[in-house]
Amino acid sequence: MTGLRKWALAGALALGSAGAFAQSYPTKQITMIVPFAAGGPTDVIARIVSDHMSKTLGQPIIIENVGGAGGTTGSTRAAKAAPDGYTIMMGHMGTHGAAPGLYPNIAYNPQTDFEPVGLAAGTPILIVARKDFPAKDLKEFMAYVKANEAKVNNADAGPGSVSNITCILLHDMLKVNPVTIPYQGTGPLLNDLVSGKIDYACDQIVNLTPQLKAGTIKAYAVAMPARAKALPDVPTSTEGGLPDYQVSAWNAIFAPKGTPKDMVAKLNDALVKALADPATKGKLEDLGGIVPDAQGASSAALAELVKRENARWIPLLKSKVKQ
Amino acid sequence: MEIFNNLINGFAVVFQTVPVDLWPGAGSLVMKMPMNIILCLIGALIGTLIGVLPGIGPIATIAMLLPITYKLDPTGALIMLAGIYYGAQYGGSTTAILVNLPGEASSVVTALDGHQMAKKGRAGAALGIAAIGSFVAGTFGTILIALLAVPLTKVAQAFGAADYFSLMVLGLVCTIVLASGSVLKAIAMIFLGLLLSTIGTDSFDGMQRMTFGYAPLSDGLEFVTLAMGVFGFAEILRNLEREESRDLVEQKVTNLMPTKEDFKEAAPAVARGTLLGSILGILPGGGAVLAAFGAYALEKKLAKNPNEFGKGAIRGVAGPESANNAAAQTSFIPLLTLGIPPNAVMAIMVGAMIIKGIVPGPQIMEKQPDLFWGLIASMWVGNLMLVIINLPLIGLWVRLLRVPYRMLFPAILIFCAIGVYSINNQPFDVVLTAFFGLVGYFLLKMGFEPAPMLVAFVLGKIMEEKLRQAMLFSRGNPWVFFDFTKNPISAVLMIVSIIMLILAVLPVLRKKRDEVFVE
Repeated sequence: MTGLRKWALAGALALGSAGAFAQSYPTKQITMIVPFAAGGPTDVIARIVSDHMSKTLGQPIIIENVGGAGGTTGSTRAAKAAPDGYTIMMGHMGTHGAAPGLYPNIAYNPQTDFEPVGLAAGTPILIVARKDFPAKDLKEFMAYVKANEAKVNNADAGPGSVSNITCILLHDMLKVNPVTIPYQGTGPLLNDLVSGKIDYACDQIVNLTPQLKAGTIKAYAVAMPARAKALPDVPTSTEGGLPDYQVSAWNAIFAPKGTPKDMVAKLNDALVKALADPATKGKLEDLGGIVPDAQGASSAALAELVKRENARWIPLLKSKVKQ
Repeated sequence: MEIFNNLINGFAVVFQTVPVDLWPGAGSLVMKMPMNIILCLIGALIGTLIGVLPGIGPIATIAMLLPITYKLDPTGALIMLAGIYYGAQYGGSTTAILVNLPGEASSVVTALDGHQMAKKGRAGAALGIAAIGSFVAGTFGTILIALLAVPLTKVAQAFGAADYFSLMVLGLVCTIVLASGSVLKAIAMIFLGLLLSTIGTDSFDGMQRMTFGYAPLSDGLEFVTLAMGVFGFAEILRNLEREESRDLVEQKVTNLMPTKEDFKEAAPAVARGTLLGSILGILPGGGAVLAAFGAYALEKKLAKNPNEFGKGAIRGVAGPESANNAAAQTSFIPLLTLGIPPNAVMAIMVGAMIIKGIVPGPQIMEKQPDLFWGLIASMWVGNLMLVIINLPLIGLWVRLLRVPYRMLFPAILIFCAIGVYSINNQPFDVVLTAFFGLVGYFLLKMGFEPAPMLVAFVLGKIMEEKLRQAMLFSRGNPWVFFDFTKNPISAVLMIVSIIMLILAVLPVLRKKRDEVFVE
C-alpha cells in the first residue's frame, strides 16, 4: 500500500460513516415536521406527498405536528435538528417567505438555515366576499372598497396567516386601509363570511372551493396567471384588471442546513416521483393545488423562490405590521 | 317521512357488511364483516382509553391515528374518528371522578362533585350516572341532529361577535356559583384565570404579552398544562403530605351502581343538562365548556340545599356530564351542514376527509348522503357502545383506587407528563405543568378553588376575541352590546348578566349568600 493510498483510505474511513450512510440512505424512518396543526392545509399536503415519497425511499415518513407562533416554532426546531437526513420539514409561504417580516425575534433564516429540497404544491389565493356583497366583478369590487373604505369589513385568520398577508398585499396595491377583523383560524372566518357578517377576505383555494361550489360565498379573482382547474368559472386577477396581484401559498420541503447533498438529492427524487404519480397529483389538484413539474420542484428552483418571496414580503410586512 | 328513511339508510351504512380478507395473500379467508360497526367499537374503545389517560386528549390521538385511516374508506374512517372523539369526551370524566384529573375543559366541573363522591366511597355511583347520563344526552343529541340540523345551523349563524361576548359575560357571572367557598376568593380566581388567558401572542396585532421574550410562551398557556398542574399535581402534593392516608378511597366502596334514589335525584338533572348542552353545543368554540358548567350552575341554583354541592352531590355530576355529552354531539352540526369545523378535533376530521378526497362543504348532505347519515347513525351506536364498554369497567376502575398510593401517584405523574408533552411535543410544557402544580398547592393551602380560574381561563380567550371583534365591527361603540335592534340576543344576555351581578353584590343577599357558601 503506497503512502498516498493509505491516506486516501484513512480519509475515506474518516468520511466513511457519512459516505456509507448516504449510499444506503435512508436506513430508518424519516421525521417530517409540519409546523401547523394536524388537519390544516399544509398538514394535508404533507401527508399526501409523504405517503408516496416513503414508497420511493423504502422507509416510512412520520409526520410530527409542531404548531405555534405562525409555524415558526416548528421551523426553528427543524432548522436546529441534526442535518442527518432524518429530519425534514414541510414549510410554506409563511414560515419561509414572510415570517422574517412578521417576527422580529425569529430564530432562523429561511435562506441560510435550510437546504431546500423542493416545492410540493402551490396553492392559489382567491379574493372572496359574502354572497350579497354589492360588487359584481373585480373592477367593481376595487372601486367599491376604495369608495367605502371606512365602511367595509375585511377579515383574516390572525396576524401572519396567509389570509392576513395576502390581503395586506391587496390593500397595499389598492392603497386602502380598511378595518380588518381577525379570527382564530379560517373556520370561524368562513362561518361569518357565509352568514354575511363580514364583507370580504383573501384565502387559500383549499378552504373555499366547497363553499364557492355551493354558492354560499362568491369569488372575484384567483391571484395567478391561469384559472384554477378546480374553479374554472373564477376569473384571474389579470382578467379582472389587477394583473400585479399574483400570489400563491406554496408548500415546500426543506432539510436542515448541512444535510449532505446526496441525501437532499434522494429526497428531491422521491418528491419529484410523488408529484409525477397520477394518484398523488390528482389528490393535490382536487384540493386546488398547482403541482410543479420536475424543473419547478427542483432544489434550485425552491432556493430561488424563497429568495424572491423574502424580497417581496419582508419589506412590505415590516412597514405594515405593528411590532 | 324522509328523515325516517334517511336514518334507516344511515343505520344500513353502519351495519353493512363488507368482505374482508383475513389473511391477505391467501385469498381463501374472505369473510363478510360489519366493518363500520367494528370501526365504531374500536374508535369508542380507543377514545375511552385515551380519555382515561390524563392529558392525552382526542386531538393528539386522532392526529396520531390519522395514518391508519388512509387505508379505510371515508365513511369508516370518519365513524372511527368520531368514536374516538366522544369516547375521549366520556373517558375524561373517569379520571376526573377517580383521581381529580380533568383532562378536558368540560370535565373540570365533573371533578368538583364526582371526586367528592369517590372520596365518600361512591365512585361507582358517580361513574355509573356519568355513563347513563351521557348515553341519554347522546341519544337526544343524535335525534336532534337528524331532525333539526339545518334549522339549528341558522340559529348558530345568527350568533354574532357581540352575542358571543355577552354569553361569555353571563358565563363568567355564573362561574361565581361554581365556588363552594368564599365568593370573594372565587372572584379573585376568575380574574386570575382571565389574566392567565391573556398570556401569549395578541391575536389581533401579534404583540407578545407577558411572555418575557420567551418563545415557548408565545402561544399562551395550554389548558391541559394548567389543569394538570392546579388539579392533578397539586392534588398529589397534598395527598403526599399526609402519610399514606390519601384521598382516594380504599375503605368501603359501597355499591358499584347508582341506587334507585340516585336515579330519582339525577333524572331531572340529566334532562336539564341534556337540553342546555344540546343548545350550547351548536355554537362553535366554547360550547361544551359553557354547557358543562352552565348545567352545574343551574343545578346548584335549583337545588333545595345548594351547600351539598362541592361535597358530592350526584346532581352535580349528572347535569354537567349530560350537558357536555349532548354538546359533543350537537357540535357536529356546523361540520355536517356547512363543512366548517367548529373546533380543533373537527378540523383534524376535516383534514382526514380531505386526504380521502372528500372536501366537506355545504353540499355534503346531498353529495355524500351515506357518509352524512351513516355518521349520524354511528353516533348513536357509538354512544350505546360507550355504555356497554363502560358499565362493566366501573368495577375495574374502582378497584384501581385500591392500588397503594405510593405506586399509583408516580404512574399518574408519568402519564400526565406524557399527555402534556403530546400536545405540542414541547418539553417546556411539562416544566410549566410542574410549576402550576406548585401554584395549585399554594392555592389549595390558602383556600382558593381552582375551578373558577380554569373556567375563566377557557372563556377568557374566546371572550377577548369576541369583544375585540365586536368593537371593530361597531367601530368602537361599546353600546353595541345593548343594542336591541341590531343585537337583540346580546342585549338580553347582558341584561340578565347585570341582574345576576346586582343580585350577587346586593349586601342583604350577600350576607345570606355567605351563610350558604362559607363552610
